Parts: sequence; C-alpha cells; structure tokens
Amino acid sequence: MSTHHHEHDHDACRRYLSSLSDYADGTLSDDLCRELEAHMATCENCRIVVNTLSKTISLYHQLPEPEMPNAVKERLYKVLNLDSYSAAPGDSDSA
Amino acid sequence: MSDSNHDAELVMRLQAGDQAAYAQLVDEHASRIYRLALRMMGNEADAEDVLQETFLSAFKAMDRFEARSSLSTWLYRIASNAALMRLRRKEPDQVSVDEPMERDDGDLIPRQLFDFCCLPEEDLLRDEAREEMARAVDELPATLRSVFVLRDIEGLSTEETANALDLSISAVKSRLMRARLKLRERLSKYFSQGPVITETRHTE
Repeated sequence: MSTHHHEHDHDACRRYLSSLSDYADGTLSDDLCRELEAHMATCENCRIVVNTLSKTISLYHQLPEPEMPNAVKERLYKVLNLDSYSAAPGDSDSA
Repeated sequence: MSDSNHDAELVMRLQAGDQAAYAQLVDEHASRIYRLALRMMGNEADAEDVLQETFLSAFKAMDRFEARSSLSTWLYRIASNAALMRLRRKEPDQVSVDEPMERDDGDLIPRQLFDFCCLPEEDLLRDEAREEMARAVDELPATLRSVFVLRDIEGLSTEETANALDLSISAVKSRLMRARLKLRERLSKYFSQGPVITETRHTE
C-alpha cells in the first residue's frame, strides 16, 4: 500500500496497457491472457492496476440509475402530442 | 415474446400510425433515453431537450426504420447523435468527430497505484464517492463518455455500442479502454486522498 505515486512506466507494463480493458471483460485472447497473468505474477503494480480497473468498472455498474422526474415525462408526452396517454397505468403520484 | 418479436409487432403498429403504439414506445424507452442523455449532458435541462429531440426525430423517421437494429439501439443512436451534436455546439474544440488522438497515450499510463479494492464497500459506495464518480464521467471527453456510458453504465454489448454510435468495434474497444483507464486513475486518486480513509488512517 506504500506504492502509490510511483511512476508506473516500464516497457513490459506499457505493452500490456491496451490489453487490460479486454482482460477485465474476459475477452482477451488466451495467449495474451496467459502472458499477462505470468507478468502480473511478478509485477505488483500491474496487479493493482488490473484490480482497481475491474473495481472501477464494477463500481459504475452499481451506480444507482437516476429516475426520470414525472414532470419531465409529462412534458415529453405533451411535446409529442400524446397527452391523453400520459397517465400511464402504475404511475403513482407519491410526490 | 422475444425482444425481436416484440419489436416487430410494435414497429408494424407504429408504421401503421397507431397512436397507442407511439405511447408504448415512449413508455418503454423514455427512462433509458433520459438516463443516457443525463449522463451525456451532465445537467437536467439539456438532458430533457435531448430526450424530446430523440423522440421527435424517431417519430419522424419511423417510416424509414428497417429493423437492422433493435428499436432500443436505434433510439440510443438517435439520442447519442443528438447529445453529441449539442455538445459539439457548446464545446466545439472538445468534441471531435474523429478518433481521439493516439498521441494522448502518454496520459493513459497508470500513475496512481493505490489499491482501493481493499476499502470497505460502504466507503466505496457512499454518496460522496458516487458524486465523484458521476463528476469523473462528466469530465471525460464526450467521445469517450458516450462509449463508456453505453457500454459500462447502460450495459450495452460492444456490438450494440458500435451500432448505436456508428463506430467500428475496434474504435469502441479503444475508446472504452481509454475511458476506463482515465476513470481508474481518477478514482484511485480520490480514494487515496479522500476523507473516506483519513478516518481510518487517523491522520490529523
């Protein structure tokens, strides 16, 4: 944990940089995958980058979805001349 | 009913001018389009404009819809275009039609090596961290943001994203990689300095 702010710019690590995103998605080719994993076994920096990259992606997956406010929906129906359909079933006016 | 059957039936009714079908289209897709618009534009007023523009354009173009993609991807495509056009008008320098320049590869080299994976989930998911995450997306260049939002927030596949943004698969992958690395860098910095860990570190 004392490694942050180190320059992480070795040639080997650089070579794998563009593969990390595919690796996180599990879509990297088998060959490259094995190579990268062998490299990571000896390179703590790359392990951290891969782990935090995957974590970043998963945190964004967990981001709550913003709701469309009812007023926005109503104005949309109005603009589209669909006013008569705007009281969609199941809509509750809790606010 | 499968998605494609559902689409085919709805498209038939839409192209026949059935008003209820138009309302159904809006009902089924408006929230998703609004979310995309909000993430792309970063504010509610612009997001609402993009939302309205998307459905107005879609209604006009409905006759020409040929089902080469799903209705959902087609709407994402119209919305992304509308958002990017608007951003281009606002920040002409920032939104290039071309590929983001390869020369900024140097910026992608990871510099922040703080392993925030070990932080407790409650710290990673607290409101303040989420606001920082949203800001980080807002501040990505629009060409990277559009790919990231569709792929990693809305959960489209690489192919669907390519289709929605009219990009090649390799362009989607390359932009996604850039966006993710930039966000990783920023979140690493945030979590390494944030108030989240000053509490546990007992500094000051």
